[in-house]
Amino acid sequence: MNILKENFRTTMLRFGLVGSIVALYLAAVGMIETFAPRMLIGTSITLGHVFLLLAAVGSGFFSARELKEHSLGITATAGFISGAVSSLFLVILTFVIQFFVIQADQGSIFKLREMFVNFSPTLLEFLTFGKGLILGNILLIGLFGIMGVLGASFSFLPKRIRKGWINGLAWVFGIGLFSENVGQIFREFNGTSLNKLLFTGKSLNPIAALLIFAIVFAAGYYGVKTATNNKWKTFSPDQQKQGRLIFTVLGILFLVALPWMVGLFLSQALFIIGMYVMMGLGLNIVVGYAGLLDLGYVAFFAFGAYTMGILTSTGELGRVGFSFWAALPFAVLAGVLWGLLLGFPVLRMRGDYLAIVTLGFGEIIRIMALSNWLASLGGGAQGILHIPQPELFGLVLDSPQLMYYLVVLGALLAAFVTIRLRDSRLGRQWMAMREDEDVAEAMGINLVQTKLLAFSIGAAFSALAGAIFAARIGNIFPHSFNILISMNAISLIIVGGLGSIPGVIVGAIILIGLPEMLREFAEYRLLMYGFLLIIMMIAKPEGFWPEKRRRQELKDERDRQLASQTAELEN
Amino acid sequence: MLQQFLDRFSLTDFLLKIFQIVAIIILVVGVFKSLGADKYTSGQWVTLIFAGLAQGSIYALIALGYTLVYGILLMINFAHGDIYMAGAFTTVFLANSFAASGFLASSPFLAVLILILFAAGVSMVLNVIVERVAYRPLRGAPRLVPLITAIGASFAIEYSFRGFYGAEFHSYPLIPALNGLNYNIAGFSVPSVQIVVLVAALILMVALYYFIEKTKIGKAMRAVSEDKEVARLMGIDVDKTIMITFAVGGALAGAAGVFNGLFRPQGVFFFMGFIPGIKAFTAAVLGGIGNIPGAMFGGLFLGILEAVGPNLILEGLGIPAVNQLRDAFAFSLLVIILIFRPQGIFGEKLSEKKA
Repeated sequence: MNILKENFRTTMLRFGLVGSIVALYLAAVGMIETFAPRMLIGTSITLGHVFLLLAAVGSGFFSARELKEHSLGITATAGFISGAVSSLFLVILTFVIQFFVIQADQGSIFKLREMFVNFSPTLLEFLTFGKGLILGNILLIGLFGIMGVLGASFSFLPKRIRKGWINGLAWVFGIGLFSENVGQIFREFNGTSLNKLLFTGKSLNPIAALLIFAIVFAAGYYGVKTATNNKWKTFSPDQQKQGRLIFTVLGILFLVALPWMVGLFLSQALFIIGMYVMMGLGLNIVVGYAGLLDLGYVAFFAFGAYTMGILTSTGELGRVGFSFWAALPFAVLAGVLWGLLLGFPVLRMRGDYLAIVTLGFGEIIRIMALSNWLASLGGGAQGILHIPQPELFGLVLDSPQLMYYLVVLGALLAAFVTIRLRDSRLGRQWMAMREDEDVAEAMGINLVQTKLLAFSIGAAFSALAGAIFAARIGNIFPHSFNILISMNAISLIIVGGLGSIPGVIVGAIILIGLPEMLREFAEYRLLMYGFLLIIMMIAKPEGFWPEKRRRQELKDERDRQLASQTAELEN
Repeated sequence: MLQQFLDRFSLTDFLLKIFQIVAIIILVVGVFKSLGADKYTSGQWVTLIFAGLAQGSIYALIALGYTLVYGILLMINFAHGDIYMAGAFTTVFLANSFAASGFLASSPFLAVLILILFAAGVSMVLNVIVERVAYRPLRGAPRLVPLITAIGASFAIEYSFRGFYGAEFHSYPLIPALNGLNYNIAGFSVPSVQIVVLVAALILMVALYYFIEKTKIGKAMRAVSEDKEVARLMGIDVDKTIMITFAVGGALAGAAGVFNGLFRPQGVFFFMGFIPGIKAFTAAVLGGIGNIPGAMFGGLFLGILEAVGPNLILEGLGIPAVNQLRDAFAFSLLVIILIFRPQGIFGEKLSEKKA
């Protein structure tokens, strides 16, 4: 009975307890309860279940990975036990809710529910599957154990089956999660019959789920992806070039057609993604290329928006009544000037001091905009109202679909400028400065000029995004320009990969697009950003789509570490 | 002669000098005009100064956490403001049940002591967890990397507590024994809560000073902040010492959270740590970051400046509703200090490595 040996027990217990803490955390923070009404498959499997069982799957997976060299039976048992252990705190929680919330003494001085707002009877009902305390808990423990085995299966199944298995589950989960959006796209194409086939109500129907799983499983099992890749490699370079051209044209057509395929609501999401891509590309120059961590990036966004507002507004605060296009250059210019002005005092600062001071700048600008002092200029807390929408050859860009094109043009412009700058002398100066300021200066780089250029060019894109934002929403208020915008921008370029242009787009889609589509997540968006930043920095500091040069650097670093480790071992 | 001058001349220095002179002129003009206007009595100024001292002692306690961590790891623990929030927010529920049971009225001293210890414990544990999860795996990484995880930790903590306790505002109970009572200091009446907060904070600071200077653990902390490698060779457990540093910093922040609750009962919610966090960082920089007495004086100094400054300087310049600009004033102070005296008031000039 190997399974009872001490190291097995400690492995299972350790991962089980960590999983248990995670599960309790998810319950306390309210995720399980908030996501419980969101159906994924049929009416029985909800997003709440997925979050509830996440901890069990995780602990099963990690303990199975630890015991990988053992037989299938042992790893599966280990998965089961650690999965079951990870239900421990939730089981305790059910009793706590029963006795301290539901049967709580009305006159008692300390009310648990007032502190932990999520420990509600609904949560108890969900955790025990409505089967009462005893039977419900037995079910809960059993389910957690089974999910532990599921987690373990990600590690013990043979490679080909595993691939199909994981892909299949992921696809079903993904389509279930985005069922509303997928359904919306089908509706735009009059695909009502397909819609009826796949979805019942708002969730995936169980038969369709099985079907999707079977298809994806088969594709994964027979290695469709590798086969396609191999086929691609057999083409001659000329053919590959042509193929790439075709893909590019298709990609552009796709971008053009996109807002009309997805409907009004998702077009608005696309607009926001595009805006953040623009800002991200600008911030990428400052942080990714020049290595200056700017946490007050929202200030330039605000300057762009306010300049646009003051110049074009038809309300009381509008000064000149310019059109959108006449005001746009001034908004960008305002961004550049403020970039220089705010960049100048921080020239001598590095790293963390720079970060805090720029953060302070962002807050100062917001507080000023809110104050009565400047109210005659920017409207104070009332903001600027009645900013007209842009007009192009008599066509008013008043829908998110039309504004989307404007924002895509802006983003393309930003990408073009970024690429050209990256490959220019200035770009190399930025990167030299990022790696080592002193050495860069010794090589004859003018640090003042280089830094100020980075700040002002970055600011220009932020101001451009701000100006378009102001024209889109029509009314601007100081509260729209809070620190969270800076945080969104900085998180998305880090998650995508610092210094990488496709990374910015990937980051914007993941961090901005997903929460826009999944309204349930809105409340937990920043919580997830926080954890994502930590996890990314520890596990994948180069981001999801790293810059080529940085990828090489990191690889070199890893090789060197490996070499030194082997050298140590040999000694 | 002229040639030499031109060789050394740099446009940046010149412009920074001009900026400095302009800042000083604004300050002097503002002060003269405000005092000339004679709008406030000396009693009002004293009230402002004492409120500033009490607020400043809270900043000082938070700033100590920044300074302790910076001294050892040379990183800004961006999440420190949220550690303070965690202590204050968790304790508000205990405080309210103490008030409901009458314990707070019957033995206020003991009750407040328990609240302080509880908040300090919560913040301490949380700070140690943050260090373990977000910073320890990244020892030796480029300096930007732990700063980014710190930002991540800050958001994770804020929104976790929002999830736990909800997004509503809570408030601390008023302490019957202190409520409405005023001390008479040199003819001016000062709310007793402010005196209590100030004295308690000063006691904690003195205790910390002795802890760092006189105990063996304090000695280890100083050794690690001097040179980690050599400290390791001397048999000091560096990871454990760093953990203790975070624990001490967290405990002080938690205590500060309760003091804040006594002094300003309203406004306990999940985002309450953000602004005090930046201000405490300003205080730490003001006193020279890494310098423990510096952080204490920096905090008190910032408290007074922030309380008096807007009325003293901005009002004279004809700016309306100066109280709205209080936070902006404190942040501007941070920028100005970092431009002209990054080593702080008491700090020695730091080497390139530390600056």
